[in-house]
Amino acid sequence: MKDLRLLALKKSPWVFHVAAASCNNCDIEILDALTPRFDVERFGIVLVGSPRHADALLVTGVINRKSLPRVLKVYEETPKPCLVIAIGTCACDTHMFKNSYNVVGPFDKYLPVDVYIPGCPPKPEAIILGVVKALQKL
Amino acid sequence: MSKRIVPIGPYHPLQEEPEFFKLIVEGETVVDIEINIGYNHRGHEFLSPSLTYDQIPFLVERICGICSNSHPLAFVLAVEDMAHIKVPERALYIRTIVHELERIHSHLLWIGLAGHFIGYNTIWMWAWRYREPVLDLFEMITGNRNHYAMNKVGGVRRNIYHDQISHIEKVLDLVESKVSMLTKAVLDDPVLHARLKGIGILSKEAAISYGVVGPTARASGVAIDVRKDDPHCAYDKVEWDIVVEEAGDIFAKAKVRLLECFESIKIIRQCLKNLPDTPIEIRIEELPAGEGIGRTEAPRGEVFHYIRGNGSHHPVRHKVRAPSYMNLPSNEVTVKGHSIADAALCLAAIDPCYCCTERVAVFEDGKLKYTWNDLLLFSWKKTEQIRARLRK
Ligand code: SF4
Repeated sequence: MKDLRLLALKKSPWVFHVAAASCNNCDIEILDALTPRFDVERFGIVLVGSPRHADALLVTGVINRKSLPRVLKVYEETPKPCLVIAIGTCACDTHMFKNSYNVVGPFDKYLPVDVYIPGCPPKPEAIILGVVKALQKL
Repeated sequence: MSKRIVPIGPYHPLQEEPEFFKLIVEGETVVDIEINIGYNHRGHEFLSPSLTYDQIPFLVERICGICSNSHPLAFVLAVEDMAHIKVPERALYIRTIVHELERIHSHLLWIGLAGHFIGYNTIWMWAWRYREPVLDLFEMITGNRNHYAMNKVGGVRRNIYHDQISHIEKVLDLVESKVSMLTKAVLDDPVLHARLKGIGILSKEAAISYGVVGPTARASGVAIDVRKDDPHCAYDKVEWDIVVEEAGDIFAKAKVRLLECFESIKIIRQCLKNLPDTPIEIRIEELPAGEGIGRTEAPRGEVFHYIRGNGSHHPVRHKVRAPSYMNLPSNEVTVKGHSIADAALCLAAIDPCYCCTERVAVFEDGKLKYTWNDLLLFSWKKTEQIRARLRK
């Protein structure tokens, strides 16, 4: 059963985008990957509107105290097995906000992150490569 | 009819900064709105005094990914004001060029998203498609598609070389023709007229009393623009006009943004032509104690930075005021009285840097009724109905 689910995951991953406290650039680059120049929908990657439909979470930004409970809730709601892909230096290691009073940590302190895509922001090509690598990992 | 609450948010509805809206609805009509922000708080003003003046531009750049030239520019203007530094001419021109390129990319982004919200995904795809050449220009000039890191106290970090100029001009020609295509498509479309006119009106009086800035104010007939009112960089050395519309509705806001793209292209062309031959930076050894302010016109309105220094390498106080902070409360007027189908668009009109997952959910007796997707569908359906009506 688990193998079957993993197989299904590989074919056309539906992704849900979780922005904690990001600066929006990572988020815009994710959307950019959907538009004609990069067009990830060719590969069956679709951005969905609810974590309940998602196979993978694209997480961006640092987690702050106000967004932490929401991020955890979104992760809880995502059907398992799911992939967590950290996009941007913020999501990988809190970037230059490390010393802020409101920042509680990078994503991997709270969620099992599968793939890290560093960059500020990573280019859409890098994001696509990251998702492909995540799929190869399965 | 009983009142229900529609929460939009928490942390990524349509706007630039994450915020949480509670729409109070009666049937289909929005009667009140509550705004709650703070989901994106990272403590920039706290972090800033622990960094040096050379590091802070990188920090403030990351306040917002779309205005990532406006914040550093306002910051360096504040420091230069504090220390009475005179920046070489060429640096001023380069700052202007990068600043206007940012405006083009940001306005195209908005147009695309506004199209998406009313179910015109074609506009979204086209607008973002023609944003790409602008991003490529950024990559060529500054080294990055976003977060340009161009400004530093006393000048800019990178030069624009002679052989780049003709390429930039070529790309500008392309962008101009595509933006005029988009403008025609938007301004001539009867469906868009029917859909956007008279919706989300912010009257001139309301615009003044809420103190809105940028295109939101200019679409309501308030002719304010920091580039004209307090000329900095090279804005007083080039010819350009403020775009003002009187209607205050969403159509006017879209029109202002589209027409501003042409003004920006005009400014960049003149700057490229008259690029003076001076160094691009001056060396600064010491910064005195004192205070300074810097303000500039970001794509969304006035950005304001305040700096107080004590003669060391760090500021002691750094205050930032971003334009969306001023524009947000005006949603109170624009959304009230409209149907839920228009709410998404009205909230988006001040600037929807739609980044990601909006989460909207309507709860009825503790059960989920509408989600954000439903709201989008409502909006799309309304466009469809108007289209069908006009076809008859
Ligand atoms: S990694 Fe950079 S671009 Fe991405 S959210 Fe953080 S600051 Fe913004």
